[in-house]
Amino acid sequence: MSGVWTGDQTGEASLRINGDVGDRVGDFLRYGRRIAVSSVLVAILSGCSLRVLDPAGPVGMAQRTILLNALAIMLCIVVPTMLATLAFVWWFRPGNARAERRPDWSFSGRIEIVTWSVPLMTIAFLGGIAWIGSHELDPANPLPGEKKTLEIQVVSLDWKWLFLYPEQKVASLNQLVLPVGTPVHFRLTSASVWNAFFVPQLGSMIYAMNGMATQLNLRADREGSFLGLSAHLSGDGFAEMHFETRAVSEAAFAEWLKGAQASKQAIDTAAYETLSHQTLDNPARTFRLADDDLFAKIVGQAIPPGPGPATGQPDPSVKPTSTISKQGT
Amino acid sequence: MSASTVAFAPPGPGTPSQAHDPYRLGRGSGSEDESTGHGAGGPSPKSIVVGFGFWIFILADIITFSTLFAAYGVLKDATAGGPTGAELFDRGSAALETTCLLLSSVACGLAMVALRMRSRFWFQFAMLATAVLGASFLSLEAREFAGLVSQGAGPGRSAFLSAFFTLVGCHGVHVTIGLLWLLTMMAQVAAKGFRADIVRRTTCWSLFWHALDIVWVGVFTVVYLMGLSA
Amino acid sequence: MLGKLSLAAIPLDQPIPLAAGALVGVVLLCILGWIVLAGHLPYVWREWITSVDHKRIGIMYVIFALVMLLRGFTDAMMMRSQQALAFDAPGYLPPEHYNQIFSAHGTIMIFFVAMPFMIGLMNFVLPLQLGVRDVAFPTLNSVSFWLTCTGALLVNMSLVIGEFQRTGWLPYPPLSEITYSPGVGVDYWLWALSISGVGTLMTGVNFVTTILKMRAPGMSYLRMPMFCWTALATNLLIVAAFPILTAVSAMLILDRYLGFQFFTDTAGGNSMLFMSLIWAWGHPEVYILILPAFGIFSEVVSTFSGKPLFGYRSMVLATMAICMLAFMVWLHHFFTMGAGADVNGVFGIMSMVIAVPTGVKIFNWLFTMYGGSVRMSAAMLWSIGFMLTFVIGGMTGVLLAIPPVDFVMHNSTFLVAHFHNVIIGGVLFGAFAGYTYWFPKAFGFRLHEGWGKAAFWCWQIGFWLAFGPLYVTGLDGMTRRLQHYDVAEWRPWLLVALLGAITILAGIACQVVQLVVSIRHRDALRDMTGDPWDGRSLEWSTASPPPTFNFAVLPDVHGEEPYWSVKERARGQHTLPAAPHYEAIEVPHNSPTGFVCAFFATLIGFAMIWHIWWMAITGLVGAYATFVVFAWRDRTEDEIPAARVAEIDAANRRARNEALREMEYAS
Repeated sequence: MSGVWTGDQTGEASLRINGDVGDRVGDFLRYGRRIAVSSVLVAILSGCSLRVLDPAGPVGMAQRTILLNALAIMLCIVVPTMLATLAFVWWFRPGNARAERRPDWSFSGRIEIVTWSVPLMTIAFLGGIAWIGSHELDPANPLPGEKKTLEIQVVSLDWKWLFLYPEQKVASLNQLVLPVGTPVHFRLTSASVWNAFFVPQLGSMIYAMNGMATQLNLRADREGSFLGLSAHLSGDGFAEMHFETRAVSEAAFAEWLKGAQASKQAIDTAAYETLSHQTLDNPARTFRLADDDLFAKIVGQAIPPGPGPATGQPDPSVKPTSTISKQGT
Repeated sequence: MSASTVAFAPPGPGTPSQAHDPYRLGRGSGSEDESTGHGAGGPSPKSIVVGFGFWIFILADIITFSTLFAAYGVLKDATAGGPTGAELFDRGSAALETTCLLLSSVACGLAMVALRMRSRFWFQFAMLATAVLGASFLSLEAREFAGLVSQGAGPGRSAFLSAFFTLVGCHGVHVTIGLLWLLTMMAQVAAKGFRADIVRRTTCWSLFWHALDIVWVGVFTVVYLMGLSA
Repeated sequence: MLGKLSLAAIPLDQPIPLAAGALVGVVLLCILGWIVLAGHLPYVWREWITSVDHKRIGIMYVIFALVMLLRGFTDAMMMRSQQALAFDAPGYLPPEHYNQIFSAHGTIMIFFVAMPFMIGLMNFVLPLQLGVRDVAFPTLNSVSFWLTCTGALLVNMSLVIGEFQRTGWLPYPPLSEITYSPGVGVDYWLWALSISGVGTLMTGVNFVTTILKMRAPGMSYLRMPMFCWTALATNLLIVAAFPILTAVSAMLILDRYLGFQFFTDTAGGNSMLFMSLIWAWGHPEVYILILPAFGIFSEVVSTFSGKPLFGYRSMVLATMAICMLAFMVWLHHFFTMGAGADVNGVFGIMSMVIAVPTGVKIFNWLFTMYGGSVRMSAAMLWSIGFMLTFVIGGMTGVLLAIPPVDFVMHNSTFLVAHFHNVIIGGVLFGAFAGYTYWFPKAFGFRLHEGWGKAAFWCWQIGFWLAFGPLYVTGLDGMTRRLQHYDVAEWRPWLLVALLGAITILAGIACQVVQLVVSIRHRDALRDMTGDPWDGRSLEWSTASPPPTFNFAVLPDVHGEEPYWSVKERARGQHTLPAAPHYEAIEVPHNSPTGFVCAFFATLIGFAMIWHIWWMAITGLVGAYATFVVFAWRDRTEDEIPAARVAEIDAANRRARNEALREMEYAS
């Protein structure tokens, strides 16, 4: 069973991986109940191309599976409850002569057992999904794949994203370029305040925090340009914390690397420190990575955290004002 | 529909009704008195209510300290290359502080005995003793803090020291407040005697003072003893 | 002399907050001027400001919450209109202002609308339901209320003096540390919340003591109305959770003022510690808000179905289960921190488990209606609306509790829709149900039903229009708190959301009209008997509004529904019993302690925010002196003579007798 949802369009590879990650969840679900409602749901929801429901990789795909299954299971209880509420209100209206009144009835052991056990069993079932899901989809889990895992180091700055490719010795600002089908292992940190790295169509997000490194494994299985953003408020320039994620073919990736390696601009400690000041309007650009240990230095605070606003008073000079203009990805 | 018809609208088909006190809700035949549980015998007297309420407050205050203890537990090894507890703490000074505080609690207990016996002189005497011991505790603590800061081990040096100064300092602030309260109660007893509300208030103060002792036992164990043995 | 305060603190370059602040100031001055000029000042001072009567304090809490609802809703309208405009454009609110608005919206709605509304209703209702004359500590109650006002005053002051925080409704470090938030915004939050938090803690202590130690004779625990149980659970949570907020605020204050290193992420500091601690308070806070609402729905559904609450003991168990579980789920607020699969899994499951007692409650309300005669008054309408809305919110909550789902939903507008779904659909609908239900008890006349129902429909439809789209944009990857965006797919949904907010505005307008209409037609809506809804618990056994002393003679409780069973007997007997023997009643003497104390607390807060040390010391000395003066007073109680008690009671007995006659005549 390659996940419950076979209607995805992400190609063979993703289905197989989806099987790997989702199979235990899928098996678990099969023990539970037939999910007829869910196929209706997916038909409705896949009609619109909402990013989280239209994933381009195995992680997002498995998450969509869990999301829709859990939703379907709960709707089986929620919808009847809502209908019963309306039905009771209507039937027991004061004027209804046919309704049987029981003004003193306030206890029934049998009903109590049902009212406790129905939610209890549902939650036990969903709890199983949550437990297995959080193990299968732990962001630190490496993803399977025939190709060698690509290492990318992510640094969130005020207010831009820096992506370091240590093996390829390149760096990229506000643009994440990935080869399709290659598992990617991210290590993330922040230059100053917290951010959350999130590409909705690839799946899991994770916090980037100064002085610490978090891990995330993702893979893109189809080419395309995806929205990436920060999902944790990081100050006045927060709305600018988005980046383009380009999943490209192997060849195009090699091409891009070549271009970046030939870049005139290099990034080292000094260049990074300049970059760590609060700025807006940073168009995507690439660098040579001139310092192999840059990420380690940031995490280990050998490079001090970003300086924040220039002055200590709430005067207009420290506030970006409406001059923040929109900038296309 | 007027309000009055709603007020006594029949609820449904015949329910048993007895002739009994609909408005006053007075106790009826007695046979149906099935009251169970605690505190069901009507509102408790004020002395109980006040003491109980203050206990609840003390529990809340202990949760404040628990939070600070938790922060200390998380941060105690985060010395950022700075001095550790084992390097900084002085066993003798901490023991002396503990002695002062525990003795002040004994004096506080004696003051409560005097309160119960309505002996103004012994009450004031024991309260004064408590105050002196409490103040000595505070001055010892202040000396310890000043020593640390002068060594460059102030609260900004490391997260460990921040947590240390906050936990111990918070206790110190509580003792200071307790001391202020103590002096106020001494003045009040001197001015008004053992009036019921003053007795209640003094009892609350003694609960507070003993609770600070309990917290200090925790501080002494977790911060000083465990810090020194680490 | 004035610390960091200078003329530059007044945001002359920002017309919107300045105008808003000026408007609030002018309105306040007008009200104050009217009170003084019309000669009402002595009355307001004597009967309200210095009142320690739980009913008066409760009413002031609710009025306060309603006023702050207007402020918080203004913020909401600004956010919705900004997001509707700011597609591919900067909109009309610059980020530093927009960020203040959503931070203020959250802070105000939680701390100064939802909490005071619930605390106000508890204040008013608890002693009446328990059959006693007041709360355990009446003066402390007044202190709590006025300290809450101090907090709100400080937050509103930040409109015109300085700025409010820009870090979201919770000051997450390191963004809230002095390096990244050098302005006074975070300080406003910290001091406002520390001061009002002390007030809330005192309320918790007060109500726990009241419920556990102050009940009418015969009122055993398992005879308390459901609202008392939920209030007990809420106040236990307050007592256990608010000290954590105080402590964590204190740590952040020390970081910002004295260079401590708790959450700085440098020198060993750890910002994740803040996350854990703040949510160890924050998640119980959610239940502090919703549990009283559950209690209100229990009362309303039972009364308007004309039946006892179904499965009372189950409900008690479910309430206390929620109370316990509230402390075991905080980590679900940051599954995306990378804590590891085991930790995430455990907290995910614990969070879901809360859905069990909550589900039981829903089912029990359902069966309370079964076999009853369901009268669709406005209060009942809010309750039914709640049941239909809240189950959806609960469902999306369970979805978010599944860690891998949260990995794609965390901080998205889906989350925003979820918590508004439970807070509007649960807490606010509950508050409005309670407001409608107990209004006649407080003022002696009912609220206009038609306008109430209109308000309900506007709120209900407006809610779905406003937050349904946010569920969708959340699924489309939209994160919260975006000042502008350039994703075209989000735009139409955000325009619908604005329409929803406008519909809710219409609902609020209906509520204002309802209040005005009800006051103007109060004689037609008058409730003479004190029991307008055919109620079942003790608050309906006394007059509306109840006399200062609540009950002329303390009720004596037999059974779970004391007033109902007694009413049954009266209906069988066709008569009220003879008047009881009245005795003089002592009620607590009014005291300005709360008001004066809050004045000094405001001084302290303002002084600390602006580093004006002498003023802070003045405030501290003043607050201490206030308590000493209070402690020194000789007169603590006023006596109401037996004759006066009898006279007041006779009026209510006459009305009830008439009602009984009328009923017999009709049948």
